[in-house]
Amino acid sequence: MKLLDKIFKLNGGIQTETNKKVSTKNPIKSLPIPSELRLSLRQHIGNIAKLKVKVGDQVLKGELIAEADGNISAAIHAPTSGKIKSIEKLLIPHPSGLPDFCVTIVPDKKDQWIKKTPIDWKKIGIEETNKLLLNSGIVGLGGAAFPSHLKIGNNRKNLINTLIVNAAECEPYITCDDMLMKERSKDLIEGIKLVQSLLGAKETIIGIEDNKPESYEIISKLILKESNIHIKIVPTIYPSGYAKSLIFLINGIKISKEKLPPEYGIQMFNVATIIAIYKFIIHGETSLSRIVTITGNVKEPGNYDVLFGTPLDSLIKDAGGQKIKTNTFIMGGPMMGFKLPSIDVSVTKTMNCVISAEPEMIDNKKEPLPCIRCSKCAEACPVSLQPQELYWFSKSDQFEKAQNYNLFDCIECGCCSYVCPSNIPLVQFYRYAKSEIIAESIIKEEADIARDRTDFRILRLEREKKERAQRNAERRAENTNAEKSKLIEEKRAEIKATLERIENNRENE
Amino acid sequence: MFNQQSPFIQKAPSVTLVMILVMLSLVPGILAYIFFFGIGILLNLTIAIITALIAEYFILKIRNLPIKLFITDGSAIVAASLLAISISPITPWWIIIIGTLFTIIVAKHLYGGLGSNLFNPAMIGYAVLLISFPAVMTKWPLPATHLLDFNIAQQLEVFFYGPKGLIDSVSSATPLDYIKTQIFLDKPYELNFSEGMPIRSYFNASIIISLSFLLGGIFMWFKKIITWHLPITFLVSLTLISLIFWLIDSSLYLSPFIHLFSGGTLLCAFFIITDPVSGPTTPKGKIFFAFGVALLVYLIRVFGGYPEGVAFAVIFMNICVPLIDSLTQPKVFGHE
Repeated sequence: MKLLDKIFKLNGGIQTETNKKVSTKNPIKSLPIPSELRLSLRQHIGNIAKLKVKVGDQVLKGELIAEADGNISAAIHAPTSGKIKSIEKLLIPHPSGLPDFCVTIVPDKKDQWIKKTPIDWKKIGIEETNKLLLNSGIVGLGGAAFPSHLKIGNNRKNLINTLIVNAAECEPYITCDDMLMKERSKDLIEGIKLVQSLLGAKETIIGIEDNKPESYEIISKLILKESNIHIKIVPTIYPSGYAKSLIFLINGIKISKEKLPPEYGIQMFNVATIIAIYKFIIHGETSLSRIVTITGNVKEPGNYDVLFGTPLDSLIKDAGGQKIKTNTFIMGGPMMGFKLPSIDVSVTKTMNCVISAEPEMIDNKKEPLPCIRCSKCAEACPVSLQPQELYWFSKSDQFEKAQNYNLFDCIECGCCSYVCPSNIPLVQFYRYAKSEIIAESIIKEEADIARDRTDFRILRLEREKKERAQRNAERRAENTNAEKSKLIEEKRAEIKATLERIENNRENE
Repeated sequence: MFNQQSPFIQKAPSVTLVMILVMLSLVPGILAYIFFFGIGILLNLTIAIITALIAEYFILKIRNLPIKLFITDGSAIVAASLLAISISPITPWWIIIIGTLFTIIVAKHLYGGLGSNLFNPAMIGYAVLLISFPAVMTKWPLPATHLLDFNIAQQLEVFFYGPKGLIDSVSSATPLDYIKTQIFLDKPYELNFSEGMPIRSYFNASIIISLSFLLGGIFMWFKKIITWHLPITFLVSLTLISLIFWLIDSSLYLSPFIHLFSGGTLLCAFFIITDPVSGPTTPKGKIFFAFGVALLVYLIRVFGGYPEGVAFAVIFMNICVPLIDSLTQPKVFGHE
């Protein structure tokens, strides 16, 4: 192992109480298969998965329930064997709090696997492997849920030099990656080697925060003989685990706003995602479970290896229940997570952590004061924005100015709100401004379309009018010429015939 | 208030705590003042703070704002204290009240209250007093080598009945003032720093007081209330500007040393220009701002009509803040 000394200094960031120790005391725990699994069809970025089963179907563990719809999508598999009980709209763990399509499986408790097919990727080639990955159900397990096959496939266009493994886990409270590194480090290293060769990368750098000394020790020992896998310690400064921040800390490369890491020869994966890819390719196991940290206001905080679709309340119950009754749960970390609409949701691929809210997290006693422009927020901003100006513009609905001050570069990490002496919920103002601007642009787009349609309609009506006039004119002209003479001929013939008939009648009389 | 959205945790010193720390940082300077100039400064402070709190209370009431929340933020106390410290310790009470009322009512609340004042409130109050009562405002007592020279009874007398004949026996022109007058009168001047001369004793006091403010300033920097940008740029700029002039003609221009330790230089560097509300927010902007103040302070001191230029320099640069801020936006991460 070679320790690469240089760490680049990130602008801003904050040092918080990490509150990680409470949930790392016990090893990762597995729960018995619950009596019902509720699988949301929307667990990833991209198109909602296309359903492949119907109510009453018997499924095996690992069987496809819904396939990826298009390239930007991910499949969903049955986490255990059982029967499809219903397909209906249920509450899902999403900030909107709106119900969405879920497949409910009643497990038969046999946990019977479908035939596993490991992939010999070297034999079938990277393109074919990537096609298989599309329906592996693997998405970024760090919380973003970006379909992983897109990241592996992307290197066909850009040459990847460096694989960066995101083991920073910078958000307070969350410890699932830390525990994973401690307990499944061998899988991780094998996975890293695999992903590195899938990408064609020359080296791998694992970025880990200095508050995980045990994981660091374990991994350092394992990579002693690996000449192209390095581990780099980054300071425990939130948000060091934000992809662009971590790349900068490690390589000193600032990924431009319009570009993606592969364009710089870098690809990043979270530790849990690496293990998921490893399990899929080497063992043929699709993405069926993940580690979830249950912490905060619970009696026994810890990490759980749970099947997707496991109801959250069973996890909370196993963690000893809430210490103080708040009935509020935060999914993700306290800095960027969101309030769950209810405890009646189930585990998804993005659920890395659920914090049972401490009372002070939901009821902030401090009144907000006016901004005193102390610029603590600007000092804390990891992307070097001027939060106090953005606040001013958002508050007074000066959206254009907010955009000029790069509102959309804000990653909503929450550092500014964290350090504000006036207790201003700054990020909420930015979210408001962003959504207003987006809504405005949608309305504008719709108005543009409507105007185009109206313009076109007027044009069309005019054209039709002209055409009609022309047609009429033509018809009239025709009538005066050929038609008319023909008509006259006919009339004449008729008159002639009538006259003849009258003549005949007379003669007969 | 209920947190509906992230972040759900927060940890920051409250505005009140920041203001308390600022007040604490002023303590060494105030103590040095008392040592050299008697308890006059305490009388100034007391009357200014009381006036400020009463004015704040009524204005908040008129403006229909939560009184307890805003009065406990401490910003009125800090503004009043900075004004009181800037004023000579032999100033009658009504002058301080007028200055404080102007500071709180006009400079702070008529501009929108906490966080909205365009100008440094204390400096507005000071400028109003300086323009309105120039004679009283530029009279400083002779620093006492021992407090007996100017006892508490005399101090109270000045405070309540105003400066009468008493003043001339104990007051003196500051070095900056003296030189300005001499140059204005086209007379040659000599700064006699020998033992026993009033200028000497004044300057000695000024050095100690300045260093005490420096101590408070370092404490604030240590507590991360202020960054280095403003005070360091200001002090370095003032030193360089005065050095250039001094090197050109040392018989006409004072040395950087005298400029640094005279008047309100150190107070200005750490307590006046560091007012966040009326100052710039970007790091580069802070450097421009502090340089501007230093340049103006020097120009007013040397070429202007007043012996001390801090108040006008700060007010002028306050006007430039929106421009400075908009022109010195730092590069956003990932932007070319």
